[in-house]
Parts: sequence; C-alpha cells; structure tokens
Amino acid sequence: MTAPGAPASPAAGSGGALAATLLETDHVSKVFGGLVAVNDVSFTIPEHAIVSIIGPNGAGKTTFFNMLTGLYKPTTGRIAFGGREISHMRPDRITALGIARTFQNIRLFATMSAVENVMVGQHSRMSAGLIGSILRPPRVRREEREAREKARETLSYVGLAESVHDERAINLAYGDQRRVEIARALASDPQLLLLDEPTAGMNPQESDQLTAFMRRLRDDRKLTILLIEHDMKVVMGVSERITVLDHGEKIAEGDPLEVRANPLVVEAYLGKQG
Amino acid sequence: MTAVRNRLGSHFNLVAAIAGLAIAAIIPMFLDPLSSITDNAITAGAYVVMALGLNIVVGFAGLLDLGYVAFFAFGAYTTAWFASLQFAPANHSKGIHILAGDFASKLPGLHFNFLIILVLAIVITGIAGMLIGLPTLRLRGDYIAIVTLAFGEIIYRFAVNGDAIHLGKGYPLTGGRQAIAPLDSIDLPGLPAFDDASNLRPFFWFVLVLVALVLFVNFRLRESRLGRAWIAMREDEVAAASMGIPLVKTKLLAYATGAAFGGISGAFLASYQSAVNADQFQFGVSIFILAMIIMGGLGSIWGVVFGAVVLSFINTYFIPNVFNSIPSHLGLNFDLTQVSFGIFGFLILIVMVLRPQGLFPERRRKIELTEGIGADESLAEERP
Repeated sequence: MTAPGAPASPAAGSGGALAATLLETDHVSKVFGGLVAVNDVSFTIPEHAIVSIIGPNGAGKTTFFNMLTGLYKPTTGRIAFGGREISHMRPDRITALGIARTFQNIRLFATMSAVENVMVGQHSRMSAGLIGSILRPPRVRREEREAREKARETLSYVGLAESVHDERAINLAYGDQRRVEIARALASDPQLLLLDEPTAGMNPQESDQLTAFMRRLRDDRKLTILLIEHDMKVVMGVSERITVLDHGEKIAEGDPLEVRANPLVVEAYLGKQG
Repeated sequence: MTAVRNRLGSHFNLVAAIAGLAIAAIIPMFLDPLSSITDNAITAGAYVVMALGLNIVVGFAGLLDLGYVAFFAFGAYTTAWFASLQFAPANHSKGIHILAGDFASKLPGLHFNFLIILVLAIVITGIAGMLIGLPTLRLRGDYIAIVTLAFGEIIYRFAVNGDAIHLGKGYPLTGGRQAIAPLDSIDLPGLPAFDDASNLRPFFWFVLVLVALVLFVNFRLRESRLGRAWIAMREDEVAAASMGIPLVKTKLLAYATGAAFGGISGAFLASYQSAVNADQFQFGVSIFILAMIIMGGLGSIWGVVFGAVVLSFINTYFIPNVFNSIPSHLGLNFDLTQVSFGIFGFLILIVMVLRPQGLFPERRRKIELTEGIGADESLAEERP
C-alpha cells in the first residue's frame, strides 16, 4: 500500500486490454419470489480499473452489489473473484478475501466514534479472540494500538478533520459520514472497492472532489473500483467502462462514449421516442 | 461524579472497582460473623455475577435472552454432581476425590475441589450456551427471546423430572423437586474450609473475588475487537457482516461468555446454600435477572451492578423482613413475599415509563433509544 500523498506510480491506472480480470460474474440471476431482480448478467472487472453500473431506479443495481458482497446468494450463475468462486461465500469471508463496500443509505455504526467504525472495518485483518481480548497480552495490545493508528491515518486520508475523529458517527455531518464509510471500507485492505451511490446528496463541487479522490484511490492504493452512480457527470468522467442495467438485464456495455450513444440506454432513461 | 470521572480518565473504572470492592470487603468485619446482612450480600454478589453475564448477551451483543436461568441451573448442577453424595455408587462406593477437603474426601460420591468445579461449570455452561444459541442464529429480535424462553423452560422441566432419568443404576440426573443435599462447602488449598455455621465472611470475600473477575472481563471485552464486533452487530447486522464480522461465531461467543458467568454464579450459590432443587430454576429467575440489567441500564456495567445489588436486597431483605407485614396492617390477608414477582414487574414498569434507558444508562444505549438505532434493520430496504 502506498502511503497517502506519495506520488502515483505512472504504471497504475492504465486499465488497458491486457489487465487481468479481478472479478467475473457468469450468467448471474437473482429471483425474489416472482420478481426477477437480476437476470442473466455476465460482467467482468479488470484489475485497477474504475467501472460503473448505471440504470434507472429499480434496475437491480443494488441487488447485483449485494450478490457480489455475499449478502444475497445468486439464484443461478457464478461469481468469481481473483479466480476463486465466491457465489456462496458468507459476507465476512468475502470481505476477508478483499472486497469492501459502502452502502447507498449510509450504514455506519451510529453510536460508535469514527475511529471505532474504522476499527470495525479492520476486523478481518485482526486476530484477537475471546481469551486474547480478556487477557490482553502484548501482542493484542500492539494490535489494538496499530489498529487505532491505522484508523486515524485512514480517516485523515479520506479527508476527515482530526477534530472529529472521536465524534460519534451519528453526530457527523452528512459528507463526513460518507467519508467515514469509505474509510471503514478501506480499512479492510480491499483489492476491490464497491461504492453504492457515493455522491448521493452531494453538491457538484463535492462530487468533483470525490471523483478526483476515486482516481487517487485507484492510483495510490492500487484499488479496483466498482461504482453505482446516478450522477452522469461523475460516471462519464471517471469510468473506464460502464455497464447499463434495466429491469435486471444488462442492456449495454462499453466506454462512456459508446454508452452515451447507445439508443437502448437513451430509451431506458428517457422512454421510447415517437 | 462526572468531574471525578473526567479527572481519572481511563482509570476511572479501575479505581472505582478497587475502591468499591475494598469498601465492601471491610463491611462484614463490623457485623456479626453470621449476620443476615452478610448472608444477603453474598446472594447479591452471586446475582451481580449473573447479571453481568446476561449483560454481555443482552447489553453488549443485543441478543434478548429470556432463558438465562438455564445457565444458573447448569452451574448449580455442576456443583450438585461433582461435590455431593448424588453419585454414591461411583468407584465401588468409595467415591472419587480430587483435591477434596478433609471431610469430603472420606465420603462416597464425587467430590472435586470447588476451583475445579468452577472450571467445569465454565466449560459445561459455555457449551450449553452455544448449543442453546445455535437455533437462534437465524432469528432476530423478539424471536430470539421466544426461543431462549422455551429453552429455559425445557431445562427447568429436565431438572424437575431428572430424578427419573438415570445415567446408570444409582445415577439419577437430578433430585427433581427433592434437593440434592448436602453439597461440599468451599475448601480452598491453604485456607481453612468455609463453614456457613460459624462464619459467613469467607463466602462473602469469595463472591467479591468472583465479582472482581467478572467486572474485569466485562471491561476488557467492551474495549476489544470482540466487544466492538458485538456492538456493531447489535446496531446493524448487515453492515457488520459486510465489514468482515462472522455473525455466527460472534454471536456464539456472546452466548458462551454470558452463559459461563451464569454457570460460575450457579455453582457458587449451590455450594453456599448446600442444596440444589429444581424449583430454584423457574422462569421468574430469568426475568428477575433481566429486571436487574434493565433497571440499571442495559450495557452499562456499573448500572447493572447497581441494579443487581438493589433488586437482590429488595428480594432477600426488604420484602420479607421490612415490608412483609404491610398488607396485614391494611387488613389484607397475604404476605408481601407472595407477590414479590408482581412487585418486580411493577418496578420494571415504573422504570420503563419514567426512565427507559435505566438508572445509569450507557451512553451508546441512550442514543440508540432516542434515535431508534438497531430497531430491526433488515435487508428489506436494500431490495429494489
């Protein structure tokens, strides 16, 4: 991991055709009762890329996210991460493997401080068990101290003012809550970061900052980012590839220019013309 | 109080615990060795241990357990099995003795030193806690309460009918409604045997050591990787799982830890009272202990200690000794002891109406109550 503020390595972020595939879904569907929320979606994310999923409300984007992170099991199809099948893995195992996420409606642990929230994010990278937690041998003390330091570093990295590091999450400003959520996800040292509408509720200036921040994450931390986003300026500005879902189905895929020109996409958003 | 807390900073709890336990330890020296106050205080100490155990399950991890009496029962029966004449035919009626006291080592049956029994009680109730926790893993909120309530009742029924369950000829599981008695008193290596006929002080000091132990564990766990995982899980299971917390393991550890303290307390009370009978393990006890932590403040360690001491003294001293004759003075034909559970119910009601967060609320809990956090957030809202 590159230290915050270090110059980005020039090789990072090329995202070229040669990049290895980090995540792959193979004909994935999810059915709730009679509702087909996601229908036969195949999709890949190359390493060190920023890719987006867009689509109208109810298109199945978040359901798709929830399958990638193990909250839902796909009804059919396979999901592989780094060549390993994760379709039926528990969420905590998937997090341990290197996928972290944020939520559309912020889900911080409200009564915990920002630092504690980020420490929870490190759970899978820590080892203290029941006995260790009670007896607190030097190894556990060191682990706790390092986790706390790392939490503060990560919070500063995402731009949270030091004065509010120990503030309870519920008392933080909205934008700061979004920052803490990203820091909490980063704390698990992921390879793949899933952001579910990170700019929701932000003004254009904040959205621009976040866009720049995502690039920095990718370049500094060698992250791969999958984004669900409604703000087209953000999506078109940052994504190397965009996948469009509508009614649970993939209707288009390509770079921003291709997707913008695709008549099916225009139809999905604006309705059929004529 | 707040000023003192701020000045002491992170040492407040340590200083408060040492000071509180030291003062408590001196008090019996000013009382008769067989004082009923000491007797009541010993019982109160055992309830503090139990309440702090339940506090881990309900207060920290947010799993509402209405069958906690089951662990009290397992602990008590551990003493009843391993420090009594219950299994008299064992080893050709010569008995099996491990570090037993001078008197007990001549008796038939199993006679283990009390410290070994404590370890056994921790292991047995810890395992029982996990087994009882297993069926609740997929449940939320109130449904957990219902299942644990049923398990508490199942264990009680087992205890009542256990005299008909034989592990072999002459090895009945329990004494049923007949007490298993007498049980060996506590006999620690290097100290004279504890004797409740001549001096209660050693029992009191022993229970203070248990209280110190469980306080230590509570404080350590609250500020640990596991404690954070419990709080995270209590507030939002979905987010907790997504942050890498294994829900099953984390919940089972809460059940096991909480249960172990119930077991320690049960083993101690059984030995102190020198008898175990099934009717001690009725549903009311679970509610009684839950009332202690609700009154003190869920999750608040000092609040729970306070609630346990107060309710225990109301139960063993104020109701039977001080206020018992009030109804007859009013011309009513009953004793207050007959309606004691009604009184506790009334007290919970008063607390719920006037101060739902408890008398000494934990700050987190207070925020949760006022903001409605952790109120059964499910994945439903994540669906399209």
